[in-house]
Amino acid sequence: MKLADRVGRVGPSGIRRFFELAEERDDVISLGVGEPDFAAPWAARNAAIASLERGRTAYTANRGTRELRKLIAEDVRQFDLAYDPAEEILVTAGASEAIDLAFRALVDPGTTVAIAQPCYVSYVPGVRFAGGEVCPVPTDREDEFALTPEALADAGAAEAELLVLCYPNNPTGATMTAEALGAVAAFAREHDLTVISDEIYAALTYEGEHTSIATLPGMRERTVVLNGFSKAYAMTGMRLGYALGPSEVIGAMNRIHQYTLLSAPTTAQHAAVEALRSCDGAVEEMRTQYDRRRKFVLSRFEEMGLDCFRARGAFYAFPACPSDDANAFAEALLEETGVAVVPGDVFGEGGEGHLRVSYATGLDDLRTALNRIERFLES
Amino acid sequence: MSSTDEVLALLREDARQSVEDIARQIETDPETVEEEIARLEREGVIRGYRAVVDWNRLDEEPVRAEIELNVTLDRETSYDDIAARLAKFDPVESLHLVSGDYDFMMEVEGESMREVSTFVSEQVAPVPEITQTVTHYVMTTYKAYGVEFDDGHDDDRLSVSP
Repeated sequence: MKLADRVGRVGPSGIRRFFELAEERDDVISLGVGEPDFAAPWAARNAAIASLERGRTAYTANRGTRELRKLIAEDVRQFDLAYDPAEEILVTAGASEAIDLAFRALVDPGTTVAIAQPCYVSYVPGVRFAGGEVCPVPTDREDEFALTPEALADAGAAEAELLVLCYPNNPTGATMTAEALGAVAAFAREHDLTVISDEIYAALTYEGEHTSIATLPGMRERTVVLNGFSKAYAMTGMRLGYALGPSEVIGAMNRIHQYTLLSAPTTAQHAAVEALRSCDGAVEEMRTQYDRRRKFVLSRFEEMGLDCFRARGAFYAFPACPSDDANAFAEALLEETGVAVVPGDVFGEGGEGHLRVSYATGLDDLRTALNRIERFLES
Repeated sequence: MSSTDEVLALLREDARQSVEDIARQIETDPETVEEEIARLEREGVIRGYRAVVDWNRLDEEPVRAEIELNVTLDRETSYDDIAARLAKFDPVESLHLVSGDYDFMMEVEGESMREVSTFVSEQVAPVPEITQTVTHYVMTTYKAYGVEFDDGHDDDRLSVSP
């Protein structure tokens, strides 16, 4: 069968190899997981069950149920974001679908998309599937992996039409202050960039307040904000996210969405309504647990002399690899100690020489894994 | 959260974790944690540390009963006086003054139903202020001290994911 060219434009995920290595053994403690170790709050799961009992298994409106969109509009006000549930919010099958829709709605063949890196592994393939060109914008340790106008200029992002950024960041755990984002916003305005801001980890900000770039002057009209229920509410498998933006772009994304997905999973939407109504306490409890583990991991790295910048969000730490080849290091670590971490270069430019260490793992496992890493470093 | 609150919260989750691990989670030094704990113990905020036991997993389990108590007060006798007398009995595991249809909620533990029944009828019921007792024997415990007595849930996540 002749496959379409676009498939060939994207290689297999670099994470795949480590997944296969880790799957080979059954004593692995994985610090390589990009999703919460908690189950979704019981009230949300219970609402999903109740919706099934009542037989609510039909499609919903393309954009998501009105009730859910209204609640999302109220919820994002905590970040000073104001969007009209009727026209400016689209509920999607995970933020992943929203990423794909945003690219398909905004990228033509030849469109250049600047992507702040290291980053979540879907942006580059998403742009390529849409026929666009990727302009990687590496961030670095010096700037605590925050995006700067200098990095944008150096990478040639002034020539791009779109900019993708994700803070709090996967894989680094970096966050950006309002001030630092202001400089990026100025660059975007000056060079007329449309911004796709993936804020899926916004609720998991441990130091300082999360700022959305869309709240900065002149940015709302040029920004699509992506968020969802996967991380904050530990609902990854329910596949539910959303996009916020001006009605024109949300309408365009919805046009693609209505022919491809029709509507996001109905059961998940019922769970999400309950999550927004009554699960703030559960989110806060999970956030507290992550924060303790974050401090635990950073303290342990410091004790073992592993150089790691202060991650302030998401559930990742991003230490510098003590040896030159992070891939070889991660492989040897897995082989000799059974601890899985992910080499940073998998996440793009700027990630090389680092390791992504996820602390979405219970403290007991985390303690054991870090002890093993310490012994491995000593040997 | 103050460091006292944080230390207390961490101990309530797992009282056996080391002071070093507690210190790491709140980014302070172990000495500070040790001082906090010593102070909390000294001031009687922390009254003890006990294991949460799922007796279903053992061959022999104690008999436990939740007992509702109604009392009558007079000028010389307060709730505190009655509680002080009841709390002295070894089989009494917990004792709360509660709102609602009865006054005290008391948890009693013994080796057999006979032992618990005898304790209630011979030691508790004769206390002059106690007007009524209702004994509920515990049949199965599903959750205690915030710990669910199930098989936990398997971590079915992919071992490495983006």
